[in-house]
Amino acid sequence: MSRILQSASERQADTHPLTWRLHDDESPVLFDEYRDKGGYAAVTKALTEHTYESLTEEVKTANLRGRGGAGFSAGMKWSLTVKGEDKPRGYVVCNADEMEPGTFKDRLLMEQQPHLLIEGMILAGFANRSKQGYIFLRGEYHLAAAAIQRALADARADGWLGANVRDSGWDFDIALHTGAGRYICGEETALINSLEGKRANPRSKPPFPGQSGAWGLPTVVNNVETLCNVPGIVNHGADWFQALSGDLSDDGGTKLYGVSGKVNKPGLWELPMGTTGREILDRAGGMRDGLTLKSWLPGGGSTGFLLPEHLDLALDFDTIGNTGSRMGTGLLTVVADNQSMVSLTRNLEEFFARESCGWCTPCRDGLPWSVKLLRALEAGEGEAGDIALLEQMASDLGPGKTFCAHAPGAAMPLASAIHYFRGEFERGVAHPQGKAHADPIPVGSV
Amino acid sequence: MNPTVDSSSTIASDAFVLDPADREAMLEERSHYPYPQAASIEALKIVQRRHGHVPDGAIPAIAETLGLKVADVEGVATFYSLIFRQPVGRHVILICDSSSCFLTDYEALRDAIGEHLGIGMGQTTADGRFTLLPVCCLGACDRGPAILIGEDLHGPVTPDQVPRLLEGYA
Repeated sequence: MSRILQSASERQADTHPLTWRLHDDESPVLFDEYRDKGGYAAVTKALTEHTYESLTEEVKTANLRGRGGAGFSAGMKWSLTVKGEDKPRGYVVCNADEMEPGTFKDRLLMEQQPHLLIEGMILAGFANRSKQGYIFLRGEYHLAAAAIQRALADARADGWLGANVRDSGWDFDIALHTGAGRYICGEETALINSLEGKRANPRSKPPFPGQSGAWGLPTVVNNVETLCNVPGIVNHGADWFQALSGDLSDDGGTKLYGVSGKVNKPGLWELPMGTTGREILDRAGGMRDGLTLKSWLPGGGSTGFLLPEHLDLALDFDTIGNTGSRMGTGLLTVVADNQSMVSLTRNLEEFFARESCGWCTPCRDGLPWSVKLLRALEAGEGEAGDIALLEQMASDLGPGKTFCAHAPGAAMPLASAIHYFRGEFERGVAHPQGKAHADPIPVGSV
Repeated sequence: MNPTVDSSSTIASDAFVLDPADREAMLEERSHYPYPQAASIEALKIVQRRHGHVPDGAIPAIAETLGLKVADVEGVATFYSLIFRQPVGRHVILICDSSSCFLTDYEALRDAIGEHLGIGMGQTTADGRFTLLPVCCLGACDRGPAILIGEDLHGPVTPDQVPRLLEGYA
């Protein structure tokens, strides 16, 4: 039950490809209405006018970047999928395991317009010569599960899924797979293990899923919002997609932005890619209760904190990336001036420590250790070397030290909180002149 | 985090009998995948829907039904946070404790629920009505602090709304 806070009159088909069909009363767009409003036309176009290569090329030219947070070009990912007449057909998997703290956008798309996702998946399946699609949905999204199940049945009944899709001679179907908890399932190789019915530990790369993914076959994993952008690109072309963001960003398209935290109107808006944080925060009605903004996360718990002075930057992958943070999911979490950054960082690191799958040592042992140090600082009982130790840990948890991006994600808010708010951390040190930890803390004691 | 066990409600594992309808549902799930192991998580959820949790005896029963190793099924059962390997209350309350709900005072809500029910995180009320567990970001950040009771999402919930809200769950 996420909310889009733009009225239907603002959301027009040519400017709001993701949300223009949504109803103000939040009821789902069902099959007949979706079809009446141009739904599945992109599938017809792909089946009659495209080859799998030309469809991949179109999405690549559009520069559709992954909306799950990594920002990798979807078309590039598709072009790297092993496929061809002489190759086995694999899978397209929708990553609908939305659990990134502060992120509630895919819920909206699935609860209120599941056919757009299904249409995008059919197109992804066609472009990648996949034989089967799976929607990996987190187990807690009960309303989305029901909406997707109904939509799959309706689409199948009208010939858009199953054997010989719309008399094209091409077979493709989609099944819903619901999860049973654990944030790590959102990591694409852990997701594949979970889909296979295994513990959700990440896999070493290479091989990449496009080479060897689910059950050893070529597998494409794309986020919900990413896939929902594909029908528009196929219908209107790469140039149209690029023009949606105009001069605001080199990244094409629109973005489902959002705000949560102590603002007057938390919610979601579909806006051109590259819209500034300030405009989005303005749409959220600013801070509530007379509070002022102290800091913000641009796109989830695994992105780095930014300051009010960063609000005028374009919210796109490269611009926010240049600050040292990441755009991530593009849903802002705002922090008020009366909030302790040490406490908030402790909360975030508790999350990452609990959700670590335990596969890699720096993550499994390092994250609980960081929580212990942060708790001490929060209680004003930190030791002289604790801040330096946390900075060292943020570095040691960084990219390349672990199989997946979980620990590097955890390191981002930690490193940036200390960078921008060092004074708050220093105030948590009980004996600034005291001796630093002489010996490493035994891991078993954490 | 595991729910506290009330010894009187411990299920005798060797007495477990897999319901024929559940067995059929598992075999149907198996047909959605190229290999039966993929159905193991759904099989655990099928058992849990009927029994509230996954009794010990269900693990070998699932393994036998799907043709899997017992250890593989147990490995999955102990990995996922929404698979309960101990008895839980009739209604499981999942409290989001992630950053957006933290910033909108979930701790006050957690304490209010805990005080009202007389239990802490990971515990079950003596009457077997509620179990209280944390959950990672519910994806309802615009409605924080948010909680999930069974399949019902609620938010934002203020501490004073807790007694009335919980009354709705018998």
